[in-house]
This record gives sequence, structure tokens and C-alpha cells, in this order.
Amino acid sequence: MRLFVAAGCGGTGRELAPYADLAGVGGFVTRTLTLDPRRGSRLRIAESPSGLVRAHLLQNPGVDRFLTTEMPWLAQQGVPTWASVTGATTDEIAAVVRRVATAPGLSGIELNLAVDDPGALRLHDGSTPKGAAAAVRAVLDVLPESLALHVKLGSDVRRLPVVARAVAEVGADALVVGGALPAALPNGTAAELSGPAVLPTALRAVRTVCHELPEFPVIGVGGVRSAADVRAFGSAGARGVQVGSALLHDPSVLARITAELEEQSR
Amino acid sequence: MTLQSTAEVRASERVGAFQHVTLAAPGVVETFRPGNFVSIGLDDGVHLARRSFWVHRVRSSSSFGATIDIVVRPGGAGSTWLAGLPVGASVDLIGPLGRPFAQPKEPVPCLLVGEGYAAASLFPLAERLVERGCPVSLLLAADTADEVIDGLDVRRSAEAVTVVTGDGSMGAQGSVAQALPGALQRSGASVVYAAGPSSTLHAVAGVSELHGAWSQVALEVNQPCGTGLCHGCIVPAVGEDAIAHRVRACAEGPVFRGDRIQWGLL
Ligand SMILES: Cc1cc2nc3c(=O)[nH]c(=O)nc-3n(C[C@H](O)[C@H](O)[C@H](O)COP(=O)(O)OP(=O)(O)OC[C@H]3O[C@@H](n4cnc5c(N)ncnc54)[C@H](O)[C@@H]3O)c2cc1C
Ligand code: FES
Repeated sequence: MRLFVAAGCGGTGRELAPYADLAGVGGFVTRTLTLDPRRGSRLRIAESPSGLVRAHLLQNPGVDRFLTTEMPWLAQQGVPTWASVTGATTDEIAAVVRRVATAPGLSGIELNLAVDDPGALRLHDGSTPKGAAAAVRAVLDVLPESLALHVKLGSDVRRLPVVARAVAEVGADALVVGGALPAALPNGTAAELSGPAVLPTALRAVRTVCHELPEFPVIGVGGVRSAADVRAFGSAGARGVQVGSALLHDPSVLARITAELEEQSR
Repeated sequence: MTLQSTAEVRASERVGAFQHVTLAAPGVVETFRPGNFVSIGLDDGVHLARRSFWVHRVRSSSSFGATIDIVVRPGGAGSTWLAGLPVGASVDLIGPLGRPFAQPKEPVPCLLVGEGYAAASLFPLAERLVERGCPVSLLLAADTADEVIDGLDVRRSAEAVTVVTGDGSMGAQGSVAQALPGALQRSGASVVYAAGPSSTLHAVAGVSELHGAWSQVALEVNQPCGTGLCHGCIVPAVGEDAIAHRVRACAEGPVFRGDRIQWGLL
């Protein structure tokens, strides 16, 4: 099972480096990049039982600044880096991909269709089969052969089978399934819930997609914090998992999971 | 270097409203600088966000070995748990973290302003400043007498100690904002260091600027991870480039120049 650092949970990479062998992970997914910088809000994260609720305003420095300030370090350290990208329109998504694809050292793109960005929803809807396929096509049109494309879908299980199939048929290389659930901060701000609290919903989502597309590579994400969780995703059909919120609680969690997995496979 | 370790509780003592907790922390002691903090992970399986604490005292060789003291005000889930830990219990500790107080190159008079438990961060600073030959004055504030941190060694080496409490149960009745102009005048300070609630820090930054003094404020913003990974501790601040940025309190702070913070947006 490949272990990835989930989007938005590994800082710029530098902050995680003291606690994790980043060159050895299956992949480091960047926070989701947009064409222009997004400043985000101040009240961003609150606790909930076994979970974290965070405003999903996609705070990021914008793709150009990412390329000058964050990507060179990741490349220099040999970190297998996946740029998570999104945009309000398919043109914008393509523009982000075109820019980031030139970065030396990049392993691939993770197209984030899981975010229900209120600004973007009016312009393209990645949660419908048609919208998702259009976004994937826009990326593939500008993506160099050397880069792989993972597509992240939310965990709305009713739509998942059709959306997943549409994305797979257009030509994505893998699906990232599970992730945060729509939620609200105590003050009412739209947000998403992640952490161990969402693990069962992510398992259900992964199982649903793997049932629909038995041969297609699926990476599970949502609440992973132990080797047992990794194995549960494996049983559901996933070939890899992403570790997210658990890193905020314990930045060494990747090393601990890896050691637990090795211990048990002996 | 920042270290993550399993730190043992070596002593825990109730003093006034606070629990003074002594933790074995060899790695922290060697590289600690005043203004740094430590981050503690709760292992109750329910709370994912870490909790940050100021370092009140470091000892490289006490009867317990290398230890740090933190001053905990029991209130919510995390602080109550920490304050209730028995001697011998273990906690997940990361530290030292954050940018420390910048210390003056010349032996200039300094005023240290601390409110409530946050004053804990100023005691190690006072020691270093005195060692450097800086005349140090203290202004300690709290709501009530039992929330005024006692620190005999520091009180002895200070030029002057002013205490104000909201209810007048110790020192003069009043607030930092009321006592500050007088304390600044008497101390002739050219640098003011402050730790406390952000309303207090805002007042300190303003009054210091009026008196032509530099201010260094130790900001407390909720820190879900403490390590720079989550971008959940955003502070609006003006950088060296005179451009407004949103920076992370844990990674780019927690100590900032008072005139750099955009207090109205905090
Ligand atoms: C740099 C720094 C130094 C500190 N030093 C000390 C110290 O020396 N002594 C001390 O007693 N305390 C200190 N604190 C405060 C301490 O970290 C805890 O926040 C405080 O003790 C309350 O925690 P709790 O678990 O008891 O309260 P709870 O109410 O259970 O939780 C507060 C914590 O939950 C999270 N949280 C709760 N509500 C929100 C919200 N609306 N939005 C986002 N996050 C939320 C945050 O992680 C916050 O730390 C410091 C904080 C910082 C940032
Ligand atoms: S607390 Fe997570 S980035 Fe500062």
C-alpha cells in the first residue's frame, strides 16, 4: 500500500520534513493550488469529536508563487510531489495545470473535484459525471505524457459510481476517494469535517467505487491514523491511502504507520 | 532543533489559579530561546487539535534532569487533562517551536508586560535580558491575585515590578492599558515585550509606538497543529516588504513586532 500525504495537511513540506521521510513517501500532495492566491479566513479550524472542522477557502499562494517558493525545495529533496489543483472554470484548471506541469521534479497532478467551492460551483460542477469528465478532459489536453493524473472525488456515495466511471473512461490514472464531508464551523461558516470521525464514510465510498471499477486504481482518504486503518482501506479495495488530519495531531504518524505495517508483515 | 518526544511529568503543583507542570524535556532545554513554546498532543482519541504552552522555566540539571515548567490554566478539555496528569504520566511533546523574542544588541532598558498565564513566557526572557545587562522592569497583570504568576528570582533582579489586577486584589486596581504609560515612563524602556490576550497586546503596541519604543508581542491564536502544517493559525501582518500577508502564528510567530500586526483584522 502506498502512503500519501493528503492535500492541505503537509504544509509546504518543509514543516513536515523533521518528522517524516518525505523522499520515501508514496507521494506528497500539495495544498490545492488555484491560479490566483486565496487568502482564506482567519477562523479556519475547530475541533469536533474525533474530527477537525475546517473552512475550505482553499488558502494557497497561487500557482506562480508556489512554483517559486515551495516547489524548488520539494524537487531538491526528491519528494515525489503531486500538485493538487482546482479552479472556478475548466479553463482556469487547465491554466493552473499548464503552469505547474513545467516544474522539474513533479510526479503528477491531483485534480481536486471534491471541493464544493461556492464560487466555482456556478461555473462548473465536478460532482456530476459530465462536469467531472469535462474537467478531466481539460487537464489531459494540457498534461505532458510524463505526468500522471489522479482525480479526487468527494464521498457522496449515490453519485460516486457514475462520476467515477466517467472520470476513469476519460483517461485518469487513478481516483482518490473519500475525504472530508460538508460541515459548518460553530459560527456557521461553510466548512468540511475530516479526521477519524469520517473514516467509516470514506471506507464506504472506496468500497462503492472499487465495486463499480474493480480494476481501476483507487486511493482511499479519510481518518487514517494507524496500520489497522490502512488495512481496512486495503480490504475495501484501495491500493493506496492518504494520511491527512492525523498529521496535525501527530506529525510523526507516517513513520509510525510504516513501522507498524512492517512489523505486521514480518 | 525541534524535537518530538514522549515527555514524562516529573512534578505538578497547584499555585494560585494555575497548575505548574514540570516535564522532562532534554531536547527542548538545549535549544530553547525565550518566546518559544511547546505543543502537546492529547491522547484521549477524541481531541485532534494539539495545545500550545509557553515555557516558563528551563533547567538543564535539576534533581529531575533536564526539565521545563509550563503554567497551565485549567479550563477546557486539554488544559484540564494536562493539569490533572499524575507524576510519572507521559505526554506527546514537540518543542521548542516558534520564533523567539528578538533581544537587543545593546544593554537598553526593557519593560516586560505579562497578563495571566501568558506572563510565564516573560520570566526566561527577563533572566536573559538581565544577563545581558539590560535594566528590566516588569508589569504583571491579571483579573485576580491568584492569576498573577509569582517568580521570586526574576522579581529580585528586576529594577521595578508593577502589579495590576482587575479586581484590585493585588497591586493597583486596573488594566495594562491604564498602567502602561506610567510604567513606560518610569522604566525609560526603549523595548517593550508583551504576552497576554490580544486586546492587551494591541494596547501595548499602540502605547509603545506613542512613546517611541519598539514592541515585541507574543501572540496567542488557537494552534490546531503548532507545527506549521495546517495553516489554521493565521495572523494578518505586514511584512518587511511593507505588504500585508497572512502568516502562521506558530511558524512565522508567535512573537511579532507590535507595529506589524493588523490589529483591526485580528
Ligand atoms: C503560543 C501559545 C502559548 C500558550 N501558552 C499557554 C500557557 O502557557 N498556559 C495555558 O494555560 N494556556 C496556554 N495557551 C492556550 C492553550 O494552548 C489552550 O488553548 C488553552 O489551554 C485551552 O485549551 P483547552 O483544551 O483547555 O480548551 P478547549 O476549549 O477544549 O480547547 C481549546 C483548543 O481547542 C481548539 N479550539 C477550540 N475552539 C476553537 C475554535 N473556535 N476555533 C479554532 N480552534 C478551536 C484549539 O486548538 C484550542 O487550543 C497557549 C496558546 C498558544 C497559542
Ligand atoms: S497551528 Fe497549524 S499552522 Fe499554525
